[in-house]
Formats: sequence, structure tokens, C-alpha cells
Amino acid sequence: MTMTTTAKQPLAFGNIARSNTAVGLFFMLPAAVFLLCFLTYPLGLGVWLGFTDTTIGREGIFIGLENYEALARDSVFWMAVYNTIFYTLIASILKFGLGLWLALILNEHLPFKSFFRAIILLPWVVPTVLSALAFWWIYDAQFSIISWSLMKLGWIHSPINFLGDPNNARASVIAANVWRGIPFVAISLLAGLQTIPQSLHEAASLDGATGWQRFRFITLPMLTPIIAVVMTFSVLFTFTDFQLIYVLTKGGPVNATHLMATLSFQRGIPGGQLGEGAAIAVAMIPFLLASILFSFFGLQRRKWQQGGQD
Amino acid sequence: MTINRRHLLGASAGLVAAAGLNRFGLTPAFAQSAPAYKPEEGATLRLLRWVPFVPAEEAAWLANTKKFTDATGVQVRIDKESWEDVRPKAAVAANVGSGPDMVMSWFDDPQQYPDKLVDVTELGEYLGGAHGGWYPGLEGYAKRDGKFIALPLCAIGNAVVYRDSHMKAAGFSEFPKDTAGFLELCKAMQAKGTPAGFPHGKAVGDGNNYAHWLLWSHGGKMVDEGGKVVINSPETLASVKYAQELYKTFIPGTESWQDVNNNRAFLAGQVSLTANGVSVYYAAVKDPAMKAIADDMRSTNLPIGPVGQSVELHQTSTISIFKHTKYPEAAKAYLQFMYQADNMNAWIEGASAYCCQPLKEFAANPVWTANPIHAAYAKASGTLRPNGYAGPLGAASAGTMADYVLVDMYATAVTGQMTPEDAIAQAEKRANRYYKV
Repeated sequence: MTMTTTAKQPLAFGNIARSNTAVGLFFMLPAAVFLLCFLTYPLGLGVWLGFTDTTIGREGIFIGLENYEALARDSVFWMAVYNTIFYTLIASILKFGLGLWLALILNEHLPFKSFFRAIILLPWVVPTVLSALAFWWIYDAQFSIISWSLMKLGWIHSPINFLGDPNNARASVIAANVWRGIPFVAISLLAGLQTIPQSLHEAASLDGATGWQRFRFITLPMLTPIIAVVMTFSVLFTFTDFQLIYVLTKGGPVNATHLMATLSFQRGIPGGQLGEGAAIAVAMIPFLLASILFSFFGLQRRKWQQGGQD
Repeated sequence: MTINRRHLLGASAGLVAAAGLNRFGLTPAFAQSAPAYKPEEGATLRLLRWVPFVPAEEAAWLANTKKFTDATGVQVRIDKESWEDVRPKAAVAANVGSGPDMVMSWFDDPQQYPDKLVDVTELGEYLGGAHGGWYPGLEGYAKRDGKFIALPLCAIGNAVVYRDSHMKAAGFSEFPKDTAGFLELCKAMQAKGTPAGFPHGKAVGDGNNYAHWLLWSHGGKMVDEGGKVVINSPETLASVKYAQELYKTFIPGTESWQDVNNNRAFLAGQVSLTANGVSVYYAAVKDPAMKAIADDMRSTNLPIGPVGQSVELHQTSTISIFKHTKYPEAAKAYLQFMYQADNMNAWIEGASAYCCQPLKEFAANPVWTANPIHAAYAKASGTLRPNGYAGPLGAASAGTMADYVLVDMYATAVTGQMTPEDAIAQAEKRANRYYKV
């Protein structure tokens, strides 16, 4: 209070240096710059491009919602939206069911447990493009190993049209995605399972709980937070899938397997319509946000986790 | 058969030989004298090109480039990108104003950023005059408002390849010349268990070639001269109905075919007739196990439809110079050098029928008579029609093709997902979005 103004300057700096908030902000700066440059800027640019008629090689002008209005009347776009939701929904359910089942099995005392746990990761480790190419051969219209085997067995007489028939094609790409996605779900859930204290199970057994009851009232509630995180990631990966579709069908037959990501690419890069491609990509954001919000607020309710009712 | 084809080829070679006289210094009076470009001091160049399909083609291009460097001291660096990546890379280079000095690109690419390219009208007109003229279809890709914004480089020929013995077994001694006869042949071949197959899937090259042939051979077109979408026409309907009939004779599964599927099926003996670049022949020749197929293989052009002339899309490549280059004179000198008769001939020969000449004089290149299989591919530049015929080239024509509008139209109709009328109406709607109505 009695300090003169001349002595104030050095102290002000010292105060800032000693203030936890300021130091905290200072240390966060690199991360913030990183996020701004590599996340916020591209995302913002994408959203902006969606409101312009930019093409590759030409700066666009702001055209408001014109891209979105055009997309709203575009049957191919709606087909892609439907495909994406269908693909994500079915593949995620299958990945969750099979992944959880696999995790439960691997959590038991099996012989060669470590070996199995390692091998289960293989589909996840193989680069997507490689496994997609393998599936491409498996689903080939003429050389499919599945068709060949069934024909040798005499069960069918002509090759199965895996990627040519719209419904077959959808089922085929979903199967390939599920094959690839199961390890992630299984291994993550296995990690979650191992955090559940054995004593809970023992206590429940002593109280005469059946296997199903132990699963329903101990395993599942304890696992819910992990499930929420794992399935959020799984849904995000599936929703934005690109490589698998691009290798297997490029969106065919007649756009029956076009996802929003592949359509966005097709129009944006080879087609040169960057603005419209960006608009399709931006149209994915609400769906992604909805799924994130659902899993965070829907699946992470504490009461339920602790075995109570809502 | 063979003799006929050779005669025919001999005749057409004779015609162009007249134009070829100037190779020996007998330049016609109307041709301009060669422009002289003096490379800038310390000039170096970078060319962005597509990954070669034939190694010998690249070798010939590099050998020519080396000769140019030896003669002028200008270093030329050549970067390769897979053919689908050339378009975005070149467009970004044009937009940003840095990167390669020249680009070897596909289809209507130069038309998407014409104001970013060096005007090469002088060189283009000189080369045309000196070498028997450009093929009009190829020239269309390279010219805008009467000016050359690029030099046509080549057409990657597409032609029917078929198994001779299977055609004969189906009761045909000669390959049908018209679409009606072609349908009969496909029916007969299917009855014999040796079906045809053309891709209805998202095959960038082969799928578009087939779809455009279907449309154009029946007189349909995507847009008129003014860029108005006129796909919804009786001619288009006839072509869709024809495609439906043809599709019934195909091996099952062609709606999922991408670019390599027809090659694979043909080389495995699963289909006996398809259309492809000459690469499918060389794949068979290279493999001793496929000698029987290679010996039995013949090529011919896609049959002529009601429109009465041979019209096809083919793949087209042009070469252009970016305005941002620091050494435009060196770049022009390089192009002029590469188009010199000896160099261009060496390059076309190296490409072993994969690249069809842009200038009529080079039709006399010995590669076209070296193997009867090559003959059909020699005509690619002549039968070529630009994408988005008959409208202007640019972002709209490029976008329509990249979005598979035409390919999808035929695929929806032949698979029965839509009636021909609905499929055409949908294609019209989609095309209108690019041509902005």
C-alpha cells in the first residue's frame, strides 16, 4: 500500500510468475498452439469450405447453404447417409457382442492364454489396406475362395456375387469391418475385466449367485465405463471408415456401399468439388457428436455403474 | 483376317506417310518455321508425371530427357505420382503457384485452371503443322478459346480383346462390326459357356470407357454444345436398353468390377471377351503359362452403333507448363525437343502400343505394325471423343466423370434397380448439379 510506483514494476512480474494460474496457462500454451494449428484450424477450414464453392485449383466464394441445399435433394447423398448409419449400427453391435464374448472367454483360465491374447490382436495390427486387399480377393466375383470351396462341396453352382448385389455387398463390407474391429473391443474389454476385483465374484458365489447373475450384477456394471469409452471409439472409427470401402467397392455397386467419408472423397478430390466434399464431411459431425454425447451421458451414469437403478 | 487388317493399316499408314515426308526436310510450305526457345541461364525443370504403365515407355522418356540435358545443360527432374494422384497434386501446384514446372495430366485437367498455364499456342501450331496435324479429339483437351494451354501427349488406347477360338466356336468367323452383330456374338458366346464381361462397377478407366462407348455409339450425349444437359433423350434410352441386353450375356458379378477385374478374369480364362488397354496382352505374353491365351488373343475396336462411326472415350494425357515456372523458355524448349520426330517415335515405340500418338505423322510408327494385336490400339487417337461431349471441357465435365454419373446410370438400369427411364432421369439430375442449372 505504501509502495511507490517505481518499485511496482519488478514485483508485478514476480507476482505473475508466482501465480499458479499464470504458470499453468503458460505451460498449457504449447498444447493449445498444437491443438489450434492441427485440430481447430483444419476443422474450421473444413466447415468454411462447406459454405463455399471452392474447387481444386480455384479459390471459392461464400455461397451460404447452397451446398447443403443441393445435398438435401441428392439421392446419392441420402443413400450414403443411410449406408453409413446402417453400416455403423450393425457393425458396432456385432463388434460389441462378439468382442465382449471374446473378452469373457479370454478372461477365463485357458491353456496358452498369453498366446491367444497375442494372436487375437492380429487383425488389428495388419494395416487396413492389406487386410482390405485380402478381403477383396475373398469376395472376388470370379475367384472367391468362399465360392470356390462351396462349389467344390457341391452346395452352390455359381460363384456368390459378394460385391455385386447391393445387400450382399453391404453384408460383405460389414463382415470385413467386424473382423477388423473385434480385437480392439475384445482387448480393451479384457483389460476392463481384469480390473474387477475377484473378491466380488467370490462373495456373490458364496451368496449363491448364478453365472448369469454375476455377469449381470457385477461384471456388466463394473465394465460400463470401459464399454462407454471403447464403444465410443469403435463407433467413431466405423462411422468414419474409408479404406475398407475404397479398396473393396469404391462405393459400388451403384453407390450401395458408399459411406459419407468415401462420397466426400470422391466428390472432393478426384471430382475436384472441394466445397461440396467438405459439406459432406461436415454433415458427419452432428452424427459423431450425437454418438459421443450418447455414450458419455447415457452410459456413464454413476448410479447404474454402482449397481443401483436410475 | 490378319491380311485384311494389315492391308487396311498399310493403307492408312500410306496416307499419313505423305504427312511424314517433312521428317526428311520436305516441310510443306504452309507450316511455320520452327520456333527457337533459348533456355534461361541456369534453368532447371521439374516435371510431374503419372507412374508409367510400361517400363520401356519411361526408359524412352528418360533417355530423351537425358539427350535434352546433354544438348542444353538444363537439368530436368521427373517426379512420378500414381495416376489418380496427379490431378489433385497438379491442381494444388497450379493454385498455390509452386511445385513442378510442368505436368503430364489426365483428361480435362488443364481446363480446370487454364489461367494458370503458359500459352503454348506457337509451339502447338508449329508442331501440328510440322507433323501432319493433331488429332481433333486430343486437340480438344489441350485447347481453350482457340489457344493451346497444353500439348496433347497421347491417348491410352482401349480396344476389345477376345479369344479367337472361342469366337469361332460360337459360330462367328469374323468379329462383328456393328452393335447388333456384337450382341449376337455375346449371346452365342454365353451359350457356349465362354461369356463376355465389361465392368459396370467403379472402374475409373475401363468402366468409363465402356459407358461412354454405349452412350456415344447410340448417338446419346451428356450435354450439348452450350453445356446444357441433354442426357435424357431417346438415343440414351436406346443405349440403356442395349446395355441391358448385353449385360444378360455377361459373366455374373461385373457390377462389382473395378479396373483390374476384367484383366484378371480374362487372363484366368473366365471371360473370353472384354475391352482393355494393351497391357492385358503383355501380361499374357510375359507368363509362359499363359502362352495358349496369348496366342489365341485378338484385338479389335468396339463395334459401331447407330451413330455410324467409331467413337470412344479412351484415356487422354496432355502436358502443360505452369505459369509459376521461372524458366518458361526452357520448358518450351524441352517440350519442343520431346516432340521432335525421332524422340517422339522412340517414346511411342517404347510404350509398345500403350500410348497412341497425338500427331498424325506418328501413325507411321513401326510399333503399330510390329504385332497384329497393336493395330486396334493405333486408332485410339482417331476415334477419341473428349469427355463431356459435345459441351465445353472444365470442372463440370471432370466432376461428372469423377462422380461416375454415366457409369452409375448404366449400372442401375442393367441390374434392374431402376427402370431405364428412371436411371436416365437420375443421371440427368446428377449431371445438372455439375453443369449448374
